Amino acid sequence: MEAMIRVSDVSKSFVLHNQGGAVIPVMAGAALSVERGECVALVGDSGAGKSTLMRMLYGNYLANGGRIVVGDVEVSGAEPREILAMRREVLGYVSQFLRVVPRVPTLEVVAEPVWAAGGSRAEGEARARDLLARLNVPERLWSLSPTTFSGGEQQRVNIARGFAHEFPAMLLDEPTASLDATNRAVVLGLIEEAKARGAAIVGIFHDAEARAQVCDREIDVSGFTPERAA
Amino acid sequence: MTPLLQVRDLTKRYGARLGCGDVSFDLYPGEVMGIVGESGSGKSTLLNCLAGHQPPDEGQVIFDTRAEGPVDTLTMSEPERRMLGRTDWAFVHQNARDGLRMGVSAGANVGERLMAVGARHYGDIREQAVDWLSRVEIAEDRVDDRPRAFSGGMQQRLQIARNLVTGPRLVFMDEPTGGLDVSVQARLLDLLRGLVREMGLSAIIVTHDLAVVRLLADRLMVMKSGAVVETGLTDQVLDDPQHGYTQLLVSSVLQV
Amino acid sequence: MTAMQHDPAYNFAYLDEQTKRMIRRALLKALAIPGYQVPFASREMPMPYGWGTGGVQVTAACLTPEDRLKVIDQGADDTTNAVSIRKFFERTAGVATTEHTNEASVIQTRHRIPEAPLGAGQILVYQVPIPEPLRFLEPRETETRKMHALEEYGLMYVKLYEDIAHNGAISTAYAYPVKVEGRYVMDPSPIPKFDNPKLESGAIQLFGAGREQRIYAIPPYTQVVSLDFEDHPFEPSKADHDCDLCGCGTSYLDEVITDDAGGRMFVCSDTDFCAARQAEGHRGRLSGEDAA
Repeated sequence: MEAMIRVSDVSKSFVLHNQGGAVIPVMAGAALSVERGECVALVGDSGAGKSTLMRMLYGNYLANGGRIVVGDVEVSGAEPREILAMRREVLGYVSQFLRVVPRVPTLEVVAEPVWAAGGSRAEGEARARDLLARLNVPERLWSLSPTTFSGGEQQRVNIARGFAHEFPAMLLDEPTASLDATNRAVVLGLIEEAKARGAAIVGIFHDAEARAQVCDREIDVSGFTPERAA
Repeated sequence: MTPLLQVRDLTKRYGARLGCGDVSFDLYPGEVMGIVGESGSGKSTLLNCLAGHQPPDEGQVIFDTRAEGPVDTLTMSEPERRMLGRTDWAFVHQNARDGLRMGVSAGANVGERLMAVGARHYGDIREQAVDWLSRVEIAEDRVDDRPRAFSGGMQQRLQIARNLVTGPRLVFMDEPTGGLDVSVQARLLDLLRGLVREMGLSAIIVTHDLAVVRLLADRLMVMKSGAVVETGLTDQVLDDPQHGYTQLLVSSVLQV
Repeated sequence: MTAMQHDPAYNFAYLDEQTKRMIRRALLKALAIPGYQVPFASREMPMPYGWGTGGVQVTAACLTPEDRLKVIDQGADDTTNAVSIRKFFERTAGVATTEHTNEASVIQTRHRIPEAPLGAGQILVYQVPIPEPLRFLEPRETETRKMHALEEYGLMYVKLYEDIAHNGAISTAYAYPVKVEGRYVMDPSPIPKFDNPKLESGAIQLFGAGREQRIYAIPPYTQVVSLDFEDHPFEPSKADHDCDLCGCGTSYLDEVITDDAGGRMFVCSDTDFCAARQAEGHRGRLSGEDAA
């Protein structure tokens, strides 16, 4: 069986049309392969391109060259609706920051990915309750919008949302940042469970201990840094 | 899957000046597309040509009709096109006054489309009107008030209810949040987003407000001087714009 | 009444022959398309707009020297407007006139249909202030014409909806919209809705709007349906009284204030109908003893 996430010879540069057309190459020859049930950590100095690579995997940034395949979706060159379908069903993304519409209650924020993937109303809510409880988000907050929550609470809602639908592939951007020890353990548990059910995971973990606990391999993205033009 | 709307080489000229040129795209069921660009970029011209409010000079606007499958709406007879306009299509104007009958009650405004397609039972019409008013968060006791007595945000929500009551499949929106207070905008956007998802609507939204498209649109079309300069997934176009004009547009947004 | 010569200073029935031909062409077209508003080149008449210039032109185009003309205003033969129009045609056409509905071959009316049934050989000419039933909801003439052309009549129901929403029932009491022969929605002119059922008749019914320059028609025995909702059906209504002069319980009544102390009476608005009944010996609540 082919790897769940395959990246080969991917390059990326930013062209700043409004600053004299300056071309800033940020990545070249990036290659990566993640099997089902495997968790791979992206490492490298700040600015080495970890987030850029994650964003390209998610279809948020456009790769200039090479191939990115997630499941059976060719991300490079996909139609917007194909990317959106991939994000609904195949590839989950836990970002560092919660970005939601005001006024939507927390329970719905968390359940939404389940509904988007075709789950029933009840299924989504049950899953949301379960995750919010595990992540120790007090039940009295579930009917409120998370926009008013503290940073830590928001991050836990964000993680609950990210894990609500059982995606076959996941991108995790600092999932344990700003969490206390208890909740950090819960999140690591969720990652272990996802791996156990066969999810392919790519993550950025500054927390070395967490990385050591859940990651099978590390890939240093500094290796993909293009030669700077002199 | 058949696209709901297939647009081919749509061109509209105003004399020597180009309104919009050679626009082509497919819109699939359930997709929401945003058209952004500055004033005069041709986005409203394009929307009006798509919705049949203005005749384009060239091109096709092929809609997947319920009865006959894909049909070029530009070659439809006027009765057919007007029928489409009050059944499967809806148009939300920037100024609610353009889309509402200011002289009749909110209930009648919502009920008009039902009556236009043959509803002749007052009780049923009223029940549906009240239901739709509640879906756009207008209290039942306002059903007999005229829109004149409503705030700008309420008028806009009423316009949306009036448009969606017949369960259209394609909604055209021209700056739906323009001219509203920011707090009112947020509420309207949230409402629109919910309705679009819930009803599986396809929509084409013209706006110059990038926050609106980030929240509502699946994909974006960026226009400049009548031409499409960039298209793509909404967050990709906004976070990694490729064209110089889009980069300028994105970088010009004031950060709060 | 006997026929007399018309004033030789005028062409027969005031209008010149070409104008009458133009109006007759419009009338024929109107009869061919029941309920459809035919534009016509309305002329200046020697009376102000609103006094029946449209009806007078239609009557002028229909009259022949053998006709017998009746003119009513709100059902009455003796009101100012009715008297002046009758005199106008006596002078300019020299036709015979009558107050009896069954004797008249042409009846010009404002706001009523006579109580006595009309039949073949009779023409009823209506004076119309605003011919467009959709006008109050849609001010654009281009749009209302398109709506008629495409049979888009949802808007007409919006008006009825508003009536029920604000008054609990369809409160439109006059100029109640009708659909003619299953096609055009038409304003029957400001007749009370009590008269709507009489729009299905054996007579030719012609409608003239002088200021708005429109003519429309209902040919004999044409289907005329008053618009309504399934759960709020059309009801012709009248004051819940009997005529105080002739005792009729089924005719359309006018309410007349008789003193400053709240005294009032109800009388048939159709004066000819009422007089005929009284002549037959019918009596109402306030009939004087001397009438017996």
